[in-house]
Parts: sequence; C-alpha cells; structure tokens
Amino acid sequence: MKKLENSPCSCSCSQPRATTESPWIIDSLETPAGLIPRVSTKLTWVDRFGGWKARWGYRMHYRVPPGLYAVGNPSEKDVILVTANYKLTFDKLRKELQGLDAWLLVLDTHGINVWCAAGKGLFSTQEVIRQLQLTPIKDVATNKTLILPQLASPGVSGHQVKKETGYTVVYGPVHASDIAAFLKNGRKAPPAMRTIQFPFLDRLVLIPVELVSVLKYFFIYFILAGLVSFALGKGTAAKLATLSLPVLGALVVGTVLVPALLPYLPFRSFTLKGWIPGILWASAVSLWAGAGILQFSGNLLLLPILSAGFALTFTGSTPFTSQTGVNKEIRLFARPMAISGVLGVVVMVANWFV
Amino acid sequence: MRYLRNVATVRIDGKNCTGCGLCMTVCPHQVFKLQNREAVVHDLDACMECGACKTNCPTGAIEVNAGVGCAYAILRGMLYGTPPSCGCSSTPQQSCSN
Repeated sequence: MKKLENSPCSCSCSQPRATTESPWIIDSLETPAGLIPRVSTKLTWVDRFGGWKARWGYRMHYRVPPGLYAVGNPSEKDVILVTANYKLTFDKLRKELQGLDAWLLVLDTHGINVWCAAGKGLFSTQEVIRQLQLTPIKDVATNKTLILPQLASPGVSGHQVKKETGYTVVYGPVHASDIAAFLKNGRKAPPAMRTIQFPFLDRLVLIPVELVSVLKYFFIYFILAGLVSFALGKGTAAKLATLSLPVLGALVVGTVLVPALLPYLPFRSFTLKGWIPGILWASAVSLWAGAGILQFSGNLLLLPILSAGFALTFTGSTPFTSQTGVNKEIRLFARPMAISGVLGVVVMVANWFV
Repeated sequence: MRYLRNVATVRIDGKNCTGCGLCMTVCPHQVFKLQNREAVVHDLDACMECGACKTNCPTGAIEVNAGVGCAYAILRGMLYGTPPSCGCSSTPQQSCSN
C-alpha cells in the first residue's frame, strides 16, 4: 500500500492529516508517469462507520489526501472526474463507479464537501488549476475534459479554467448517484438531475449535528440551573425538572421539529417557522405544569425565541436560503426577539420572588 | 421549497446575454429559462444567491449579490465587521500560505 503525499497547503487552522491507513486504495496502477493509487468502488464497514460518526459531529474534517487516483483500468482517453477531499463525498462518488474506468482528481477542499467548499472558495478555479499542475494528470490522460459536480459551479469558473489550462469544464449532475447515468447519456443531465431538492431524509441526516451542538449548551444550563436552585434553597428534583424540561423542549422544537417538518410549517421565514411551534410548546408545557400567570407569561416570552433562534440558524444547513433573505430576517426579528427575551427574564425573576 | 418573496438579487443584463444557456446548466434551482434566445429570470424566489450563474457566465451578463444564506455566518460577519463566513477555512487566501 502506497503512502500518499499531503498537499503543500499549510493551512493555519488544521493541517490535512497524513493518512497512513488508506484501506480504500486497492493497489497502484502503473503509468508512464509513475504509480497512481487505484481506489476500490466498494465501501467497507469502516467507511460506513466513519460516515456515521461524521454525521454525529465527531469527525467534521474527515478527509482523504488530495491528488490523482485511478478507478478500474483507465486509459489516456478515459473520463476525468473532479471531486472534493471530504471522505463522505469521496465515498459517495467512488461507490457509483463500479465497472467504470476513470481518473479521479481529488482537490484539497480541507475536508469540506463540494457545495460548502465551493461557497467558501476552496473548491475554486485556482484549486482546479493547482491540482492540474501538481498531479501527473496531463501525462497520463490526453483527454482535456474535466467533469465537475454541478454543485462546484459557485466556486469554479469554467471559462477561466479553459483560458488558463486548456481544459474544458463540463458540469455533471448534482448527485453522485446520477453520475453513471450522466456518462452513459452522452454527458447530458435532464433538469431533474440538475435540481437540488431538500427531501425529508436529507433534512433528517442533518438533525444529529444540530442536536448535539445545542445539547452541549443545554447541559451547561442544566448544571447552572441545578446549582442556582439548590443554592436558593428551592432545590428539589421537581423544581429542576420544571426549569429544564421546558427549555429542552424548546431546543428540540428548533433543532429537530423545524428541520423535520420544514415545508409544512407556516410562513417562509425560518424565524416564524420556529417561533410559532415554540409558542405552542410553551403553552402546552405551562398548562401541563399548572403554571401560574407569571410563569406562563415568562415561558411564552422566553421559550419560543429559543426555538426561533435555532430555526433561524438552520438556514445555514439548507440548500435554498439566500443571503439577502437571511439578512432581512435578522434585521426584522432581532429586535422583537431581544425585547421578548429581556421581558421574559424580568417576568421570570419576578416569579422567582413572588 | 421557496424562501422569502422578492428578495433575491439576481439580474440578467439582456444586452450582454448570448443565450448560451450555461446559467441554466449550473443553476441548482432552475431559476432561469430561455426566451427568444436570451436567458431570463423566471423563478426569482427560488434563487439562493449561490453565485454559480455569475461565476460561469462567459459574458458577465449576470449580476447577483452572492453569498451564504446562513444566519450564523451573517451574525458573525455583523459582529466582526467582516463578510459573512462560516469559520476559519473560509478565507483560503489568508489561512493558506501557498
């Protein structure tokens, strides 16, 4: 098994980790330009388990070394596919290439997926040009067409690549699962292959990371709430439950319910998509706990803005919200949310002493 | 799914459009269509301002205020007075020495 060179990028935030164990490489292909690692088109349980961990936020920068790889037995005329070096992206692509002969040019996107890397300027015109120069691609392939994933297009300017390198950029389908059909179909994709949907399952896989990140804060709150209520001599388990359960519910509304039910919640604004079910939750939990008027209004003022705030941050995980739109939401709702929060704290403090 | 009404900033300058259709190829939300050999915006609310059309338009006929539609990034930008960005690796020019 051949060790791969890491890219020369010395990024200050995190150095691409040297992958000494690369079980996805089966062997090396001998070419006039030297040995090119050949990748497997089958995923093993190690790949799947790694992917599962990444979904839960344990491996945010889960990467493969950038560079040139071979799939099957590519000749100099075979197709060149360009992709990101996020391991999940790499896996999704290679498992679709069974029985194909292709060159795989993996860019250094710092372990970030195609779409986000294109938005951040990592999957970029410059990076495509850089890998064309760094790798022996021009020595092993005479073919001058690069197939890029469509979602790389915000970061890559096809005509610039052409001007500077002579390579023609062709945008493939949005999803790797359509790549074989795209190649078979004369490199043409019907509109359905060119459109991003955001179906239930796609939203569902995003929930674990959202939830894990917010539960950390909830845990800190839980400890603090416990300490404060015991210090003030109101510390019973029941009291702690009434302090923490409503908050936990409001967070779950913002990070689980909103993503899951996104298209069915009223209004287009994400803040309102969180605020309204937040009000419902606050009312329900107050009624259930038999809260007095102060507690009830405190819950109504505080809990829904938690749901609304986390619903608003979910805009960052969706493939259809615009910067101008999110800006508008923030300008529109920042003040009402702040007012609701301050009033809520005042009411809750008053309630504490009544 | 559609986001807020009438806020997206994408515009096509018809004078410069050659009708090559590349914007239709790269747009992940089918925002454009061809009308009399000229691309036009026909579904504005579907636009997420990703900037793919502008980046790939060979004649520079498309204008859009491209960026990330991410509240966290925009708030960060407001707080630090920088363009909206999602984290440390968003500015490769600064964080990468090569």
